Amino acid sequence: MPVAEKLLELRRVSLAFGGLKVVTDLDLHVNEGEIVSVIGPNGAGKTTLFNLITGIYRPDEGDILLGGASIVGLQPHQISRRGISRTFQTLRLFLNMSVKENVMAAAYGRTHAGVFRSMLRTPGMRREEREIAQLAEDCLSFFGQRLMGYRWNQPAYSLSYANRRRLEIARATATRPRVLLLDEPAAGMNPVETHEITELIGRLRTEGGYTILVIEHDMHVVEGISDRVVALDHGVKIAEGAFEQVATDPRVIEAYLGTTAAATK
Amino acid sequence: MTDSTPHSSHVPAEGPAVGQDEWVARHAERRYFRGGIFGAVEKRVRVVPWWAWLALFLGCMSLLPVFSSSGYVRRVGFDTVLYMLLALGLNVVVGWGGLLDLGYVAFYGLGAYAYALLDSDKFGIHLPTLVSIPAVVIIGALAGFLLGLPSRRLTGDYLAIVTLFFLQLFQTVTTNGDSMFGHNVTGGPNGILRVDPFHVFGHDLSVEHQGVFAVSYYYVALAFLLVVYVALRFVNHSRTGRAWRSLREDPLAAETMGMPVNWLKLMSFSFGAAVAALTGTLFAALNASVFPLTFYFVLLIIVYTMVILGGSGSQPGVVLGALVIGPLLEMLRDPNKSRILFYVVLVGSVVLAFRLSRKLGLVAAGTVALGFVCHAIADALNHSWVAGEKAGGFAGAVAHWVIVPAHTARWLPPTTYVGLIGAALVLTLVRERLRLVLLVPTLYFAAFVWENVMLQKPDPARYIVLGLVLIALMIVRPSGLLGERRVEIV
Repeated sequence: MPVAEKLLELRRVSLAFGGLKVVTDLDLHVNEGEIVSVIGPNGAGKTTLFNLITGIYRPDEGDILLGGASIVGLQPHQISRRGISRTFQTLRLFLNMSVKENVMAAAYGRTHAGVFRSMLRTPGMRREEREIAQLAEDCLSFFGQRLMGYRWNQPAYSLSYANRRRLEIARATATRPRVLLLDEPAAGMNPVETHEITELIGRLRTEGGYTILVIEHDMHVVEGISDRVVALDHGVKIAEGAFEQVATDPRVIEAYLGTTAAATK
Repeated sequence: MTDSTPHSSHVPAEGPAVGQDEWVARHAERRYFRGGIFGAVEKRVRVVPWWAWLALFLGCMSLLPVFSSSGYVRRVGFDTVLYMLLALGLNVVVGWGGLLDLGYVAFYGLGAYAYALLDSDKFGIHLPTLVSIPAVVIIGALAGFLLGLPSRRLTGDYLAIVTLFFLQLFQTVTTNGDSMFGHNVTGGPNGILRVDPFHVFGHDLSVEHQGVFAVSYYYVALAFLLVVYVALRFVNHSRTGRAWRSLREDPLAAETMGMPVNWLKLMSFSFGAAVAALTGTLFAALNASVFPLTFYFVLLIIVYTMVILGGSGSQPGVVLGALVIGPLLEMLRDPNKSRILFYVVLVGSVVLAFRLSRKLGLVAAGTVALGFVCHAIADALNHSWVAGEKAGGFAGAVAHWVIVPAHTARWLPPTTYVGLIGAALVLTLVRERLRLVLLVPTLYFAAFVWENVMLQKPDPARYIVLGLVLIALMIVRPSGLLGERRVEIV
């Protein structure tokens, strides 16, 4: 069996805010086509991990590689162009823009028409606009009828919570990333919607061809989608492996429930 | 895991499920299309393309000189078009970029001064107009870019302070530029005089024709408006425009989605500044002179008022805002017109505050009655108290209701003015019932102050009325006349 290519790799990454060590010596990799879940109690450093990968924070030590090339020190928009896109735990949509424009805006990094070509509406620019619109429609149609039709022209703030989460995923895919980082995609969803999200993440891999790193608290979702699970606590990786293996790991149970519970288990 | 949780593999594929109700699912869709006559009208109006509206608007605007041969009216029309251009430029920075730029009018001034230096006897440079206008636009864009450089990492209040500093800097440099390293560059407070008019294809565009404001500049300004409007609209509907608005909504998300936020901010500044500088050339050429004090806070506030009132972020909105405010400020110079507007706004805001309720009737009746009672008492005590100048029409009618003394004592204006502000503040502090009771004398008091204090000083009074108009409109339509409804936090 050939060794799968490591698409995203973190090597001994550390980050501290003053004296507070948020991430310590973290090694992590995601293979091409894999779905990896990151779990851990609140404050374990999961979202910080995403912020490190997307360039919002710069690691104090260690290296982050995408397809073998280091992305440390790049601006977030440059990292986005290299092929990493994300969603946010606290939704960060462009609320006062239309649903379709939210997705179209994310095509910025992949398109080229400058302002002067835009002012003159050259044929090349108009062709590119049509391509952007087509891309947005494709990304939105991934969610069935939920974000289609009349909703395109509605402002994003008019969407329901679940649809906003979907729109954020659609926007993230519009940058056509190689790695998709999903920060708690099922947070605040009702059971039916959670189920739908689980299926959707699976389809993102099979139909979309994305490699996915996902933070999730809902263990049903984690169980349903993950090839591999990584557990973090206080910025340190405490377990890694298949879901059953990690879920029964005493250190993981301790991190979630405390020492006594781990002892009685 | 029990069977009731939908995560188990056998979720019913069809049939009603939680959150799947068709009626609920289509609720938003039904609400999106309004029914009835309004809905039908709205649908018809919505199919009219933007360029048809623009053509109609510019067509109406260009007919102005046909309907009025008065130089004054034409001049006001020209100034209004300048305001429209300024508002369109500011809309790029504030409405799309979401950057609070308080130095905006400095770029307008910069454009005017740059044109004046390139086309006047000051240094004996007389560039052809078709060269100097693009040059000034490029200078403006560069200046916007340079101002953006140190401020690109600043947001909100900090950005506002730095840009305000830039406006102050421009003021200081132009005012003291008559001895800049021993050279007279800007003419100082005396400005630059004898600036060339536009000169195209061998013809001077004359400002006056037989002593009356010539329309050529008006049409040039309209042509500029057309070009600027269309160019900016095209940019707004491109990847750059979407990126600007994304930046306004959420800079971090925009950056993470591949948009270079700092670069986009610089571009936004540059574009706004370029439009302002272009407008400056028109101003300088028409007036044939530039002075430092033209480009100061009052102008900044007026342009901001237009953008906010019309609907920040909406191009038709800010043009409409300029169309309302520009002529309004002119009309308010006339005491009779500003008096009518004052009472319209006063009555209008009371009606809006109470809607059509019994309270409205009580307040209205109370205020009218109080006026006549006070007037009668004052008349009985001393006739000179109500013997102020009598005029016909509306002013005369008001004089039968408001006490207008023949001579206002020296202490009266400041005391009553401060007293009115105090009364308004008290209103915000007291409870519902007491407020209703106190509102009646306060309204009458406001009318008294208006008639006796403010009308004597038309210039501050017109800005006060403008402020009242703005407050009243913002209560009714917080998003501006044509602005889209916006949410800040959801």
